[in-house]
Amino acid sequence: MNFPILSSLILLPSIGALFLFFTKSNKENNFSVKYVALFTSLVNFLLSIYLWILFDQTTSEFQFVEERVWIENFINYKVGVDGISILFILLTTFITPLCIISVNNSIKNRLSEFLIAVLIMETFMIGVFCSLDLVVFYLFFEAGLIPMFLIIGIWGGTRRVYSAFKFFLYTLLGSVLMLVAIISIYWITGTTDVVQLYELGIDTKYQNLLWLAFFSSFAVKTPMWPVHTWLPDAHVEAPTAGSVLLAAILLKMAGYGFIRFSIGLFPIASEIFTPLIYVLSLIAIIFTSFIALMQEDMKKLIAYSSVAHMGFVTLGIFTIQQQGIEGSIIQMISHGLVAAALFLCVGVVYDRMHSRLIDTYGGIVSIIPKYSVLFMVFTLSALGLPGTSGFVGEFLILMAAFKDNFLVAVIASLGVIIGAAYMLWLYKRVIFGKLINTDLKKMLDLNKSEMVILTSLTVPTLFFGFYPEPLINTIEVSIRDLIEAYNIKIASKI
Amino acid sequence: MEILILALPLIASIISGFFGRLIGDRNSEIFTSLLVSISAIFSAFILYEVIINQYQENIVIATWINSGSLNVNWSMKIDSLSAVMLVVVTSVSSLVHIYSIGYMSHDPHKPRFMAYLSLFTFAMLMLVTSDNFIQLFFGWEGVGLCSYFLIGFWFKKDTANSAAIKAFIVNRVGDFGFALGIFLIFYLFGTVNYSEVFDKIPTILEKDLIFLGIKIGAIDLICLLLFIGAMGKSAQIFLHTWLPDAMEGPTPVSALIHAATMVTAGVFLVVRCSPIYEYSELALNIITIVGMSTAFFAATVALVQTDIKKIIAYSTCSQLGYMFFATGVGAYNVAMFHLFTHAFFKALLFLGSGSVIHAFKDEQDINKMGGVWKKLPYTYTLMIIGTLALTGFPFLSGFYSKDAIIEFAYLRGNTVGYYAAGIGVLTAFLTSIYSWRLIFKTFHGNYNNKEINIEETHESPLVMLIPLIFLSVGAIFAGFTFKEIFIGHGGTNYFWQDSIFFLKPLSTEHPPIWFLFLTPTLVILSIPVAYYLFLKNKDLTDRIVKVNKPLHEFLKNKWYFDELYDEIFVKPSKKFGLFLWKFFDLKVIDGLGPDGISSIIKKFSIKANKFQSGFIYQYAFVMLLGFSALLTFLIVK
Repeated sequence: MNFPILSSLILLPSIGALFLFFTKSNKENNFSVKYVALFTSLVNFLLSIYLWILFDQTTSEFQFVEERVWIENFINYKVGVDGISILFILLTTFITPLCIISVNNSIKNRLSEFLIAVLIMETFMIGVFCSLDLVVFYLFFEAGLIPMFLIIGIWGGTRRVYSAFKFFLYTLLGSVLMLVAIISIYWITGTTDVVQLYELGIDTKYQNLLWLAFFSSFAVKTPMWPVHTWLPDAHVEAPTAGSVLLAAILLKMAGYGFIRFSIGLFPIASEIFTPLIYVLSLIAIIFTSFIALMQEDMKKLIAYSSVAHMGFVTLGIFTIQQQGIEGSIIQMISHGLVAAALFLCVGVVYDRMHSRLIDTYGGIVSIIPKYSVLFMVFTLSALGLPGTSGFVGEFLILMAAFKDNFLVAVIASLGVIIGAAYMLWLYKRVIFGKLINTDLKKMLDLNKSEMVILTSLTVPTLFFGFYPEPLINTIEVSIRDLIEAYNIKIASKI
Repeated sequence: MEILILALPLIASIISGFFGRLIGDRNSEIFTSLLVSISAIFSAFILYEVIINQYQENIVIATWINSGSLNVNWSMKIDSLSAVMLVVVTSVSSLVHIYSIGYMSHDPHKPRFMAYLSLFTFAMLMLVTSDNFIQLFFGWEGVGLCSYFLIGFWFKKDTANSAAIKAFIVNRVGDFGFALGIFLIFYLFGTVNYSEVFDKIPTILEKDLIFLGIKIGAIDLICLLLFIGAMGKSAQIFLHTWLPDAMEGPTPVSALIHAATMVTAGVFLVVRCSPIYEYSELALNIITIVGMSTAFFAATVALVQTDIKKIIAYSTCSQLGYMFFATGVGAYNVAMFHLFTHAFFKALLFLGSGSVIHAFKDEQDINKMGGVWKKLPYTYTLMIIGTLALTGFPFLSGFYSKDAIIEFAYLRGNTVGYYAAGIGVLTAFLTSIYSWRLIFKTFHGNYNNKEINIEETHESPLVMLIPLIFLSVGAIFAGFTFKEIFIGHGGTNYFWQDSIFFLKPLSTEHPPIWFLFLTPTLVILSIPVAYYLFLKNKDLTDRIVKVNKPLHEFLKNKWYFDELYDEIFVKPSKKFGLFLWKFFDLKVIDGLGPDGISSIIKKFSIKANKFQSGFIYQYAFVMLLGFSALLTFLIVK
């Protein structure tokens, strides 16, 4: 492979951003600015599809590996993908153009800067999912905070500054510990190359501390209970496109990190701390579902439901079984699509009525029927109805959890009941009922660009619900070998 | 052809749902009815093949989930059991489609309604033709979803929306057990395919599990968990509360979903899993007890309700109870037989009541009806047929199936069996009383409606009556015609083949003669009794009600299940949610976490600020203090 496809994927959005940076932004050329950004992200999406086609599903080796010396004998810029990372790259490149289309109505000022932030974000996210060096990973991982911080802080709602700082401090605090851990890994083993580290293994006596350090960072980003309280605030204040990026991609970095690093590098510690993860996941699933039930703000409701869904993800990952991890990845992809769509749905009505409160709405099904139908599809997927992508992930996770521990599966399954309750109740209060608020009569149904965005999210949601094979085939071998290596390491106490 | 049976309703649904506006109301009505009817004809053909040639087939359509050791296909299993269900589902569905053309004629959203009906049919067919538990679950949730849509079809009615959500959530509670059952099956056998699971059952007979601290046999546990799902879907006691509320939906929906097909899915599940249930004495006894409790409970509630649809809904609940205790005593084929006949006469009753409601311009209270039997001659006759069949009047279909259930309960020969038989007879009597009460109050006596003139009530159009006539033919002859096939003693042409498994063959004896005559006698006697109580001498009834006021209130309020659940589940959940949010998240976590830390830092920095006052003498003083302290420390040391 001569063509550096991964580096191109990483760099392309930045080049687009650079181009925008030097274009003068004013009201007239907002249009062209948007098209530059859209074009860049679409090219990137096509490139990632091409990557998926070239990708060899029969091996768990890292593919398309590129390695360049960055700092002599210390850090190499090394990227590569396996089955696990490639799906997240696809998710990123798929969601970004949709975000860019969606800015039409929601972002009124500084459009070009906003698009720059989104594109830069894409660069960092793709970087996270394909870096094979801990330091490079860390840089991308943390850098992703900055555009998000700006998106919330500049284009956010009334309490944007509080939320932006809460978001930043929370996530940074966790990450500092991870940095320390990465440095110590370098001192212990002499390398930060992930592939080498997989082979070398890390001494058992250090694993617990290192695991906890990584955990502190990932737990905040996931977010796991009890460090989840930044998420509802961040979502509520962020503009629609920001919420979408946050829910669809940013939250997935942690899940990815758990699989790639916590399980891959620290198997012994993972085994030890599995009960901790289980307990926190269960609390997340049950508690936040109950909280979601009582929300009055649509965005907060979806934010809390995200925490519950990510609870399923962490639960599934640490079952360390084929079904569990596959389920978690499918759940993450599905949540990426569905949560993005739900936030976009909230955005649609927010753009029209400037209210996120559930009370404002009600009885709008006959006024905006197209919207109601699509919103229903995503509601159903969020509550895990068979035939939607939400079901496949959740069911596999629960199945794996059941094999490990009956009680865990029973409690987690209870979350599914409450999940149905809060989603349907939300839908009922927003869409059905008598039309009381007469202002709602003026609402227009989905326009063309909204239609494009929401249908392009509907298609994969339903398709992967009925036929998840393309996803499962991509990750299957990588996960199988990951679990095999894990079991060998556990058996030989490395 | 088999796949067409599945595909046609789906196509109908998609076309009508997405292009309904394009092709027009009438076209989408005709189109959906036509496709589902074709599907019904094919199904009848399949059943014929199964009866004559013992046709069996397992068609794999596509892969669905293939993760590690878990392999699930989209598939279609044709055997005796699914063939019967195919016929029940598609035939009732096609009749309801046609009926809806008339019933919904004033509704502005016809294509949407037809699309839901067809989609429901598709999901139900997926459920009954599945060859594995996960596709079953797909259909299971799919029918639940369509039921949700259809109950809440009149979306402007708040009660309809709440009823729809209630139906979905209560079913989710059942599904919770069902899903755990599937997990357990996968855990024990590593597969979710029926035939593979059933083959492996004998290998775990002795296996015990510790489940939530309780030691229980593995098979017992599977059976009980699956049964929780069945209880939810089939509205058995404790999980029945959604069914009466579901009557908020349009009447054709009640006939199709909440009488003939979806609610029988639970019975179907138990029958389908007979190879598992046969090994679990415990589960079978529990099913019998739950079934007979439901039968009795629902019948008592039906006695005092005044909403015509709710009476029939409770009656459905009660009949489902019969089916369950039939499975509980091991008479799976008899349960299927009752399911089959019940589909016809209950759909008939529902559609008939729809015709009445139509005539009274959406009035459902039987106290506001009466005296119209001459005005609605066809509806009246058809309702009488339905009632006779339901109560088990000799030689109509209910007679064959219901009496068989009671007989087999008796023949079971153990305490639970005798008990079930006793309750069965009693409930049959109650059933008869409340059914005739409905007839007498609706059609006889004085005309009690003040809003509509009696002259304005009118017979329904032909498009609604024809499906009723078809159903009444089923209600009259289904029992007699299919008796031998369903519950006959077999021989070489044994119908069920291996789709139903009996550990020990059903008893071929007969109960004593007096017992055989007991139920029909009571049923016939109940007609004059009901006539006397509800028509001839209403004062007596009123007096009885007055004397037993508390009992009447208790029954009228449906044993207070809704209020109880509201107190112990709904309200605490909301309170708990609020507590977690307002107190735990905002006060404890945020208060101690980010907000707390930032306020501490802020306070600290304000203190620190004070140090930098800018006055030299203060700095000098602090320096002096520090210097002397250091000095002291050094000297002392």
